[in-house]
Amino acid sequence: MLRKVTLLAAALLLVGGPAMAAAKAHEPEPVAFSFEGPFGRFNQVQLQRGYKVYREVCSSCHSMTLLAFRNLGDPSGPFFDPEYSAEKGLTSNDNPVVKALAADTQIPDLDGETGDPITRPGIPADRFPSPFPNIIAAKASNGGIAPPDLSLMAKAREGGPEYIASLLQGYGPPEHGVTLAPGQHYNKYFPGGVIGMAPPLAVDKVSFDDGTKSTVKQQAEDVAAFLMWAAEPKMEERKKMGFSVLIFLVLFSGMLYASYRRVWKNESH
Amino acid sequence: MSGHSTYQPSNGFAKWLDARLPVGRLVWDSFVDYPTPRNLNYWWTFGGILSLCLGVQIVTGIVLAMHYTPSAAAAFTSVEHIMRDVNYGWLLRYMHANGASMFFIAVYIHMLRGLYYGSYKAPREVLWILGCVIYGLMMATAFMGYVLPWGQMSFHGAVVITNLLGAFPIVGDAITTLLWGGFAVDEPTLKRFFSLHYLLPFMIAGVVVLHVWALHVVGQNNPTGVDPKSKADTLPFTPYATVKDGFAMSVFLILFAVFLFYMPNALGHADNYIPADPLVTPSHIVPEWYFLPFYAILRAVPEKLIGVLAMFGSIVCIFALPWLDTSKVKSMRYRPQARLYFFIFLVVCVILGFCGAKLPDDQVIPGLTTFVLVDSDLNSFVWLSRVATLYYFAYFLVVMPLLGLLEKPLPTPETISSPVLGGEHKD
Repeated sequence: MLRKVTLLAAALLLVGGPAMAAAKAHEPEPVAFSFEGPFGRFNQVQLQRGYKVYREVCSSCHSMTLLAFRNLGDPSGPFFDPEYSAEKGLTSNDNPVVKALAADTQIPDLDGETGDPITRPGIPADRFPSPFPNIIAAKASNGGIAPPDLSLMAKAREGGPEYIASLLQGYGPPEHGVTLAPGQHYNKYFPGGVIGMAPPLAVDKVSFDDGTKSTVKQQAEDVAAFLMWAAEPKMEERKKMGFSVLIFLVLFSGMLYASYRRVWKNESH
Repeated sequence: MSGHSTYQPSNGFAKWLDARLPVGRLVWDSFVDYPTPRNLNYWWTFGGILSLCLGVQIVTGIVLAMHYTPSAAAAFTSVEHIMRDVNYGWLLRYMHANGASMFFIAVYIHMLRGLYYGSYKAPREVLWILGCVIYGLMMATAFMGYVLPWGQMSFHGAVVITNLLGAFPIVGDAITTLLWGGFAVDEPTLKRFFSLHYLLPFMIAGVVVLHVWALHVVGQNNPTGVDPKSKADTLPFTPYATVKDGFAMSVFLILFAVFLFYMPNALGHADNYIPADPLVTPSHIVPEWYFLPFYAILRAVPEKLIGVLAMFGSIVCIFALPWLDTSKVKSMRYRPQARLYFFIFLVVCVILGFCGAKLPDDQVIPGLTTFVLVDSDLNSFVWLSRVATLYYFAYFLVVMPLLGLLEKPLPTPETISSPVLGGEHKD
């Protein structure tokens, strides 16, 4: 019976093979990120470049509401400085780079005396300001769909940072008969292929302070690394703790096994 | 086991307390002097591992509840607040989320062990049913816990599962309205799920006490399925079982730690890092991995009500197992045919799990289009799950009752210690 079905299936394979032509998104291209693997760590200089890409390009449309400027100076963060860490009795709020980056932005607030809406320079405790005052405004300016918040983007998509890096480089002419409406773009890594976001990156669009050549690939990978840090800021702490825990557990298991052998030595089982 | 107690209060206070509230005696009789079959293998260590899992979930959960906000507007950000700003909050939350998966890994091994060695047979029926009750409570707790982060998968998973109950005639709508606290999954749903998610683990702990009590009345089953006949067949729980359980727990914790520290999101779903949006449905709604086989059974049936009944029926079968299995021999060690069907059952459960994770119309063999049978192509996961569902039910409702009457089991040993001391190999 099973053989008959297999034969029938094989015969039908020849007839119905090319029936699956639906636009499938391309798998993201692999990137050798520094934070991969059990001992992987963030590359701080890359995170700094990535932050610059976010600040100068992405942040004009995308919010990052879960991030505060102080986070930039947290351990393993892009602007962490051991001089301003808990060991010195200080926090990232004292880090002058973090203070300066915060002060570069304008934060909407209320005047403490009059209650009137004002803007003021940011402080490290402030969250990243959002580009639009509310979701309706975000939708209205972007063809009806609000640009997603990027705080967790590297964990909220299959493929994570590699997907982000691929997507940012994946623009091109439409494949196999996809038609684009005005304001739409073709991106082979985006599910369905049709994306509202215009190609955000270009050669030399962001100038890197460390002299790194500003290619689209460089910008895409740097901002993807930055977004991975933003989504999982405790990753280094987690892996470090995991290493100690595993060493302890392996030794402890070994001791328990030795005890087990000793206790059961004279008992058949 | 119920028998005469060998507890000797060691000092004046212990003596005084023993005459008033004999907790020391209870602990001594239950966890020190308690006789355990000497031939228990590592599959018997999962009871201890499960109590560890329950403890981890309750302790981490209580601390998480101190920082979590059960409201539709703030739940998602409060979870991220735990991840980012609470000291070791990331550790607590990842322990709790991965701990749930570890709990289910352990409970499935524990249940399959019972299935293989016939631990549900007389006189252990009540013990088995109490275990099934724990499993049911665990599923309810895990389902409601997964809703609490209020991500996309939380929300839409809750919509799909609660809508299922609406399939029941007459009472269905009333039940869903009661569960929702309104007419859709919303703020009141989240609040009552949080409340119940906090309550149910303590109910589990209560049933665990009954489960252990029942266990200590009838005694443990063992790989031979032959009850201990003399003192030569047993060893005291402490130190023999405690040290073995302790070693197994520690090894299990290594597995837990690998997930917790190195792939904490591997068992979750990316969509749950997107805040819940009732207006945007994820392209592919899937439950957590431990529900996938039941989800596949649900979707295998085209008619909604029958699908729901099949899903619940698949769990009822487990409850009814003591009366479905007609074999007098407990352990499948001596039932070669039953063993074969058991391993097919195991594979079928894994296949059902795969089917539950796939879209029903996805092809099992990529690129192969066969012919449409009833409503779907034969080469689709929906048909694979139908075949698997059929075997699942046939295993409980046909194989179990008939095999016990028809098969010819191998001879079972007279006593536990006879094969053991006789030097037969152990498996």
